[in-house]
Amino acid sequence: MEKTWNNKAWFLVLPVLVLVAFSAVIPLMTVVNYSVQDTFGNNVFFWAGTEWFEELLASDRFWEAMVRNLIFSFIILAIEVPLGIFIALNMPKKGWGVPVCLVLMALPLLIPWNVVGTIWQVFGRNDIGLLGYYVNALGLDYNYVQDPFDAWVTVIIMDVWHWTSLVVLLCYAGLVSIPDAFYQAAKIDGASRWAVFRYIQLPKMQRVLLIAVLLRFMDSFMIYTEPFVVTGGGPGNSTTFLSIDLVKTALGQFDLGPAAAMSLVYFLIILLLSWVFYTVMTNYDAER
Amino acid sequence: MNLDFSWMAWTWPTAAFFIVIALMLCGMGFWEYVSPGGNPRVGVLRFETTRGDRLFVSLLGSAFIHLAWLGLVGPNLWWALALSVVYAIGVFRYV
Repeated sequence: MEKTWNNKAWFLVLPVLVLVAFSAVIPLMTVVNYSVQDTFGNNVFFWAGTEWFEELLASDRFWEAMVRNLIFSFIILAIEVPLGIFIALNMPKKGWGVPVCLVLMALPLLIPWNVVGTIWQVFGRNDIGLLGYYVNALGLDYNYVQDPFDAWVTVIIMDVWHWTSLVVLLCYAGLVSIPDAFYQAAKIDGASRWAVFRYIQLPKMQRVLLIAVLLRFMDSFMIYTEPFVVTGGGPGNSTTFLSIDLVKTALGQFDLGPAAAMSLVYFLIILLLSWVFYTVMTNYDAER
Repeated sequence: MNLDFSWMAWTWPTAAFFIVIALMLCGMGFWEYVSPGGNPRVGVLRFETTRGDRLFVSLLGSAFIHLAWLGLVGPNLWWALALSVVYAIGVFRYV
């Protein structure tokens, strides 16, 4: 049969092209334009060349926020992925417990990010917050408003509470897709619980785990709302991540040029990491 | 209707930058029209890439080369541009 080539189909993607142009391409072009200029408002701009990029690359504030962000992403991945696997392995596979567990797991994901921040901001306060009050009652000196370590612990626990469910649901989806024949074969061979996990469950979860790691890394690297609501980037700059620093520069200080340069560098890093993850995932698929 | 795009703060250098990117995309479209299929192959990275992937890797790498030059050497970016062109040729040849 002769293959039909009909290029009229391209018109069907026109709406999405227009949408992407207005929501991404035009704003990105504007950011590029701003990154090489300075402005004091009223659409009056002065050429600055690469000055903002040079300033940014030599800025301790930027690199410190970057390191904080990387440490934060590393910590939450190190907690959420093993915890998510552990919970998924222990969730029921049959019976009434399945829908109950799934709904309970999905609940934190349904709460808007600013509400999560507000919940934990109040929850952690040591005068009216349940957590803050009882932790102090136990004799621990906990105050996330004044102590950087406490602020980090609060932000990390909040993220774990909010997002471990995503890892659980993805891992659970991977686990329930394993045919019973695998477990029966393992039982006949007398495989231990660890061997079943290592040689059956973990390989079968590999793809969903990769997606979970990708999603959680990207999300945590771009985190803004929750820590901003809870700590506002403080105490001092201890929980000021890249996005919080960016908003402070762009909206707090109205330094649009430096903020645009920072956005572009941030964007390039995200783009690079997305490409690496995407490549790993697609090649994993191709190998299979 | 009077459309005012002054808020986009266009300059000639940034306009030239985007025109070059647009021309590259048009060139890639023409190349695909002349030789369809994207020329997939496995290069030094040990996974399959099409010529679109190679353009992406070239552009992304060039952006980081320029940033590294700016941070480590100085504001004269012509050498960074030359290095990026060499890098892009390498990517299109070996990746």
